[in-house]
Amino acid sequence: MKNCLIIGAGSDVAKALAVEFAKEGFNLQLAGRNVEDIGKTAADLQIRYGIKVETLYLDVLKFDTHPDFFNNLNPKPEVVVAAAGLLGDQKVTERDQSATLRVINTNFTGIVSLLNEFANYFENQGSGSIIGISSVAGDRGRMKNYIYGAAKAGFTAYLSGLRQRLSRKGVEVLSVQPGFINTKMLQGVETPKPLTAEPEQVAKMIYNGFRSKKHVIYTPGYWRVIMFIVRSIPERIFVKLDL
Amino acid sequence: MSKQKISNWGGYPVVESEIIKMNHPGTFSGKRGDTIARGLGRSYGDSSLAETIVDVTGIDRFLAFDDETGVLRCEAGVSFATILEFFVPKGWFLPVTPGTKFITVGGAIASDVHGKNHHKEVCFGNWVSEMKILLASGETVLCSPTEKSDLFYATIGGMGLTGIILEAEFALKKIETSFIKQEALPAENLDTVMRLFDESKEFTYSVAWIDCLAKGKNLGKSILFRGEHANLIDIKDTPFANTPLFYHNKGMLGVPFNFPSGSLNSLTIKLFNGFYYMMNKMKGSGITHLDPFFYPLDAIANWNRIYGKKGFLQYQFVLPLSNSRDGMREVLQAIAVEGRGSFLAVLKLFGKQESMISFPQEGYTLALDFPIMPGLLKFLTKLDEIVLKHGGRFYFTKDSRLDPDTFKKGYPRLAEFLEIKKKYDPDGVFSSRQSKRLELT
Ligand SMILES: Cc1cc2nc3c(=O)[nH]c(=O)nc-3n(C[C@H](O)[C@H](O)[C@H](O)COP(=O)(O)OP(=O)(O)OC[C@H]3O[C@@H](n4cnc5c(N)ncnc54)[C@H](O)[C@@H]3O)c2cc1C
Ligand SMILES: NC(=O)c1ccc[n+]([C@@H]2O[C@H](COP(=O)([O-])OP(=O)(O)OC[C@H]3O[C@@H](n4cnc5c(N)ncnc54)[C@H](OP(=O)(O)O)[C@@H]3O)[C@@H](O)[C@H]2O)c1
Repeated sequence: MKNCLIIGAGSDVAKALAVEFAKEGFNLQLAGRNVEDIGKTAADLQIRYGIKVETLYLDVLKFDTHPDFFNNLNPKPEVVVAAAGLLGDQKVTERDQSATLRVINTNFTGIVSLLNEFANYFENQGSGSIIGISSVAGDRGRMKNYIYGAAKAGFTAYLSGLRQRLSRKGVEVLSVQPGFINTKMLQGVETPKPLTAEPEQVAKMIYNGFRSKKHVIYTPGYWRVIMFIVRSIPERIFVKLDL
Repeated sequence: MSKQKISNWGGYPVVESEIIKMNHPGTFSGKRGDTIARGLGRSYGDSSLAETIVDVTGIDRFLAFDDETGVLRCEAGVSFATILEFFVPKGWFLPVTPGTKFITVGGAIASDVHGKNHHKEVCFGNWVSEMKILLASGETVLCSPTEKSDLFYATIGGMGLTGIILEAEFALKKIETSFIKQEALPAENLDTVMRLFDESKEFTYSVAWIDCLAKGKNLGKSILFRGEHANLIDIKDTPFANTPLFYHNKGMLGVPFNFPSGSLNSLTIKLFNGFYYMMNKMKGSGITHLDPFFYPLDAIANWNRIYGKKGFLQYQFVLPLSNSRDGMREVLQAIAVEGRGSFLAVLKLFGKQESMISFPQEGYTLALDFPIMPGLLKFLTKLDEIVLKHGGRFYFTKDSRLDPDTFKKGYPRLAEFLEIKKKYDPDGVFSSRQSKRLELT
């Protein structure tokens, strides 16, 4: 029985993705900060799908705990999903250093610190899969969320380099670039309805991307086109836009 | 937050509300005096409508299951359909189920729903052993028959007015197969069907469909269905012998748009009832799957739309046993005279039930559907009088039109209920359009 570890298992997308893996018979290791809530998700998946589910405490921001977290994992998973993320409040992050660092460290530095452990392990072993949930916000910095966007851009670049390094070693790396998803991250944020996907829908796309060994997926696919256009806008015009 | 138009199963009334999706148990910020929980909106009227609606369907996890005792603990947004999907194949069934599986556990407790087994197994609330409730203060508390029992009993049948149910624990029922041994018995009139109910008391399930347009000596013409869970031995010679716990959430045949209002005139109803009567007279007894037995209407998704845009009203009352015969006769006569047939008329004999605010009491209950048409409200007021005259009462979850006095008369323990509500919701955060209309809040 294969194991899948989810980092940031309290995320709504992660919960939906856990269902996809559970349906396929994977055992799960659900890691995050809110272990009470994650424990409930674990119980639910166990009852529904008869798989083994473990709940693990993990704070992405506590760098020094990462090596132990990795070493204590037993068994080591075949698949790792990085779902933790923090949007933050752009206006606050512009002025508050600790808020800025929290956004950057959650979306980028902290996740990188964790994934490095798995990358090396998978490389040695010659197999394994890493799924990183980044964001279209990283495709071009916009004034509305560029701290978050910059962290995600860093994460996207990391995944791209990691894939090049590991794909020749039998390890798969999938970059996921979601657009708006109707999750608690966007609570209170107005987004255009037709462009806002449900977490279950995104989870299915991620699972299919993983199954068919894709490198980069946009969820839903039309975001690839939207972001191509956004990236093509000349800078002198872009600076004047309110996008 | 933007407002959204919303209505429940009857399509009437339609209100504009702010809908807060509760994704994470314990988070909620309601407005004082105008907040109510909502499950799958299968109540017919305005029970789960308010200025601010807390949509609980997003909290829907199973939390624990004991496969020795069948005790299940889950979040309140779990639907009966989901329970069936995962537990029927394991040999477990709901202790009590209404005529649709598209309701939530929270809704089942708040309306204290009944099924075809009321005379033997009472209501859903009877099977609940513990609940976790989010109170108006934001505090989360556990309650049970031994802990905060006042809150526990006021929440069962309390229509969401005491707080938001987050979790519940209740017992499932062990079954050997997912099939039912069913008998369909035609009855030429009211006396016969009542006699059949009496004779069927030992059957776990019983219910009758009435042809409301039958008059004179045929008044109350109906078919009584009764059934038992089939055991392995009962299905050994059927094609299901090797798949005794077969369960499949098959795709449903949808009614995609609203029919023109009036498409369900009395001729259509006559045809429908006549057809149904015939079909079942021929069918007699046999083995049937539990889905069509319990949920005949669920096979047609959105069947409520055949009533057209204006929607329809459900009308359900219960009469004390001693007055049931006279009262039912009077009601059926009034309907037959008007020619205002109901598409669906369901008759059932309730057993005894001690409860604070739940609908059932020992006696006969009748549930009717009426498409909204001119003159209907006046006609229903006439029915109200007949029901009250015979000491009957009405079901919250089906009501969208009663006046406060008519409603309150049937519930002698209402004051006690309102005291407990006040104790746990002193500032009156929770109220629905219905509770305001009925002057309960
Ligand atoms: C086809 C059909 C057949 C039916 N047959 C029967 C039947 O045979 N017997 C019967 O008893 N009923 C029957 N009903 C009615 C139905 O079972 C009830 O109305 C039930 O309460 C609906 O549950 P819901 O989840 O849709 O809740 P909603 O309709 O959304 O809400 C109903 C009530 O429950 C409250 N509520 C919902 N969730 C919570 C929560 N988490 N915490 C606190 N309060 C909450 C609401 O505030 C409201 O007062 C039938 C309905 C239909 C459409
Ligand atoms: N929603 C969108 O529109 C959208 C769009 C593009 C990309 N994404 C990305 O999709 C991923 C999933 O997000 P979501 O939409 O599902 O949002 P979400 O429900 O808010 O999930 C984010 C999760 O990250 C966890 N997290 C934050 N900081 C953490 C830390 N220090 N340690 C451990 N866990 C931490 C949170 O845990 P707690 O429960 O403990 O807070 C939360 O469960 C994120 O990477 C997000 O950036 C989302």
